[in-house]
This record gives sequence, C-alpha cells and structure tokens, in this order.
Amino acid sequence: MIIADRKPLEEIQEMIKDFDNIMLVGCKGCVTVCNVGGLKEVEILASTLRIARKKEGRPLQIEERMLERQCDPEYVEQIRDSYDKYDAVLSMACGVGPQFLSEAYPSQRFFPTVNTKFMGGAVTHGIWEERCAGCGTCVIHYYDGLCPVARCSKSLLHGPCGGSAGGKCEVSQEIECIWDTIVKKKMEQGRLEDLRIQRPNKDWRTARDGGPRKSIREELVQ
Amino acid sequence: MSDNGYKSGSNLEKVLKAGHFAFTGECGPPKGANVEHLKEKMEPLRGNVDAVNVTDNQTAVVRMSSKAASALLVQGGLEPNFQMVCRDRNRIAMQSDILGAYSLGIRNMLCLSGDHQNFGNHPQSKNVYDIDSMQLIALVKKMRDEGKFDNDDDIDVPPKLFIGAASNPFADPVDYRIYRLANKIDAGADFIQTQCIYNMPRFREFMKKAVDMGLAEKCYILAGVTPMKSAGMAKYMAKFVPGMDVPQELIKRIEDAGKGKMAEEGIKFACEQIEEFKAMEGVAGVHLMAIEWEHKVPEIAKRAGVLPRPQVD
Repeated sequence: MIIADRKPLEEIQEMIKDFDNIMLVGCKGCVTVCNVGGLKEVEILASTLRIARKKEGRPLQIEERMLERQCDPEYVEQIRDSYDKYDAVLSMACGVGPQFLSEAYPSQRFFPTVNTKFMGGAVTHGIWEERCAGCGTCVIHYYDGLCPVARCSKSLLHGPCGGSAGGKCEVSQEIECIWDTIVKKKMEQGRLEDLRIQRPNKDWRTARDGGPRKSIREELVQ
Repeated sequence: MSDNGYKSGSNLEKVLKAGHFAFTGECGPPKGANVEHLKEKMEPLRGNVDAVNVTDNQTAVVRMSSKAASALLVQGGLEPNFQMVCRDRNRIAMQSDILGAYSLGIRNMLCLSGDHQNFGNHPQSKNVYDIDSMQLIALVKKMRDEGKFDNDDDIDVPPKLFIGAASNPFADPVDYRIYRLANKIDAGADFIQTQCIYNMPRFREFMKKAVDMGLAEKCYILAGVTPMKSAGMAKYMAKFVPGMDVPQELIKRIEDAGKGKMAEEGIKFACEQIEEFKAMEGVAGVHLMAIEWEHKVPEIAKRAGVLPRPQVD
C-alpha cells in the first residue's frame, strides 16, 4: 500500500491561515491502514486545528468527511453536494487524493495534509518500510523476491557496493543492506551462479523516467 | 584490440603488459577552479607513478570535474586514470563524457559506483544510478571493442580506454567479494585497484582465492595502499569508513610510535606492505592513495624501491 506521514501542524496551519471555514476529507484506503488519514486522524487533526484557532480568537469551522477512496471518481462524487460551501478543502489522502478532488471540482482549492512517501508495508506495529519503487518492470525474481531497485540506496543490479558493512548500508545504520541479504540467501541455498549473470541495463521508460504513466485495461474500457 | 596489440596504449597498460610491477598514484581535484593548486598537487607525482587516479567528486563533495582535471594532467605531461562514478550521470552523460575524455587524451578510466550523496556536501541532490559500476565497465568495453554505443549505434572513432574497476576485499559479505571481483573481470575490467589494505592476513587469503580462481591471469590486480598519518586517522578509518578493516595491532603500532613519529611509522608500514606485494602471487602492482599527502609520494616511492618507473615504448 501507499505509506504517508502527516505534515507538521505548523505547515497545515500556514496553508489555511486565511480561511475560516474548511472541509477536511479523510480516505478509507491506504492512509487509513497506515494510520495517517483515516477517521481517527481526521478527528484529531480537525480538533487540533479548531483549538489552535480558537486560542488565536479566530474560530475555524471544519466539516469532517470520510470517503471510501479519494482515488476513484465514483467516491469523489460524494462531496459534490457541499464542496463549494467552504473556503478550502483539505485532503488527508495520499498525493492522489487532492488531485482527483481538484480535477473533479476545478473551482475549489485543495490542500494536502500528508507527505506521501512510498509503497511498502508494516514490518511491525507502527513501523512501515519501502518495498517497491514502481519501476514498471519487475525483476525481483532475479533476486529471490527481494528488490534492489527499491531497497538498495544506489539501486544496484549488481551489488553489494564496497560500503556494505555488517548487513547495513553505508548511508545509515537504519538501512538494511538488501544486497547482503540477497547474497547470503543465494550462497546459503547454493545458487551463487545466479549472481554471476550480468543483467541488462534497466529500461527506465516504464518507470517515472518515461513521463507520467498510464495503465489501460482494454477489456474494462467502455 | 588495436594494431599495436594494446587495448588503449596507455602508459599504465604498457607497463603492466611488459610485466613490470605497476605503481599508480592519486590526486583529488580542488574544491574550485584553482588550476595552480591542482598543478602543485600533481607535481610530486611526476616520474614517480605510472598513472594518476583523478577522483570524481569523492565522498560526494563537489570538486573540479574529474574529466577536466584529468585533461589538465594530460596537458601537464602526466597520465591520468579518469574516475567515473554512477551517482551523478545517466548513460547519456556517461557515454558523452567517455568520448570527451578520450578526445582530451585520457587513456585510462576507472569505473565506480560512487559514494552515496548522503555523505557529501549536497545531500539534497537526486541520485542517478541509471546503471551500476558492473554495467559501466561493460559499457566502456562495448564502446571500445565493438565501437558501439549502448543502443548499438556505431561510434565515429571509438574511445580506446584501458578499463579499471575497484574491489574491496574487506567489505561484507566477505565470502562474496571474490565473486564480485570475478564479475567485474567478466564484465570487461582490464585492471583492478583495491580498497586500502591494512589487514594483510585477510588480503593474503583474498589474493590466494583470486589466484586459485584464475582471476589474476585475466586481469591486473593492483593492491591499494594508504599510509596512515596518525593514530587518529587510523582510528577514524576503523570506526567511520564503511568497509574498511584496520586491525587493532596496527592502530597500536602507530600510536606507540609516539607524538611526532606516527606519520613516519605509517610510511614505514606502507613500505613494508609494498615490499610484500611485490612478491605476492597475483599482485601486479600497487595503487598508492596518499590522501592530501601527495608531496610524500616521492619519498614513499623511493623508500618502497619502485623507482625509477619503467619506460615502455
């Protein structure tokens, strides 16, 4: 899923400093699962913003809404009845949300309240890690199901570099050297010869380098 | 291979091919366009080494480009070993710089992954890593031997470069390092320069494996030597430089030399190492990385008994 972090409160307050009446829209998709933009987080952010503005003597009206998903026009339609009653709309979805909302309601202004970070999962409660770089041409079968494109700091297809030490990346002790894990697995399982193969230069056209991407499923297009 | 039997005809290639024990040095370009400073730094290397590695924004700190500094060495009558890292260039810029380097008279090139920009003075920058060092080696070889770009288009005058790569025998996972070296040789490396060696027993084991696997016959392996200036430097390298193995005994030896004599002890150890490398099976030479200590190179070369440098026509 998509993992995001809440923006600092001060940044959100700065965005909405000129407004007195806003809508705050959460999303029941990924951001609910990663505890950043679900119902609970919408309630917490709304009340925090209200309290802060009340202290300033400039009360802020906030309507709290939850959408099934903000990345689907069908659900985005759910705020058509009221989107224009506010000075601005804040989205708690990933970066996709405010854009789908902006496209559906061009006359309104939309603001993000989270920083969208990566595609990954929860390795333990409260800790999420990146697993996929969305390069568009999956090669993890070369590496026993582990992706060096997303998980090596240099995206090396032939690692590990000389900076690998004690299973950690040279960039930070907080980063696992995925190449250390790949190599050890291959060697333990007697498949070292897989790592003796020179892989072709990656075709980055399927990644973001080819420009904004689109996926068309002909059988579903009407 | 060209008509004269050389891949590039560089001095380094000639020295190695003739069977001489090679001796290469290193010169970091200045943090600015200070050509005079670069000239001062390169001068002690003249006549004392076969080629000079010119680093490419090492530790991800911005410096004069390795291509320009290499060209200045060529103008100054020294032979550069042009370093290129994969961190800052995509394959378009790489191929363009390879052609440019060759056009400027550069004949050796060292292909590296590069230190991550997080280490340097512009940690905010985007990292490129379009291709990795293994693929860069193969790319330079393809350009030289097939006369083709990565996309198979023909090159109008291919760059004839002597291709180098790095090897760190001490980085983890240790058991795999020899295979990574084998991969670099398979990809097209003509010569290898290793990471700085301090743990001699471990390096002896590494070289034994290289010889047993036939790698030393396929490629010239130059052992990396960086003399310690002080116990502080030894401790720093042991603790903070990833993939560096500095044994406690060596730190103690430098420390025990006492204040004012540590640098001398560091040079003494480096000379002992070079002496052993001359006799070590599979080692074709030494790469001396006297970091910000270029002026000591003549003394080290003399004391290590590698002078005069051979002239091969």
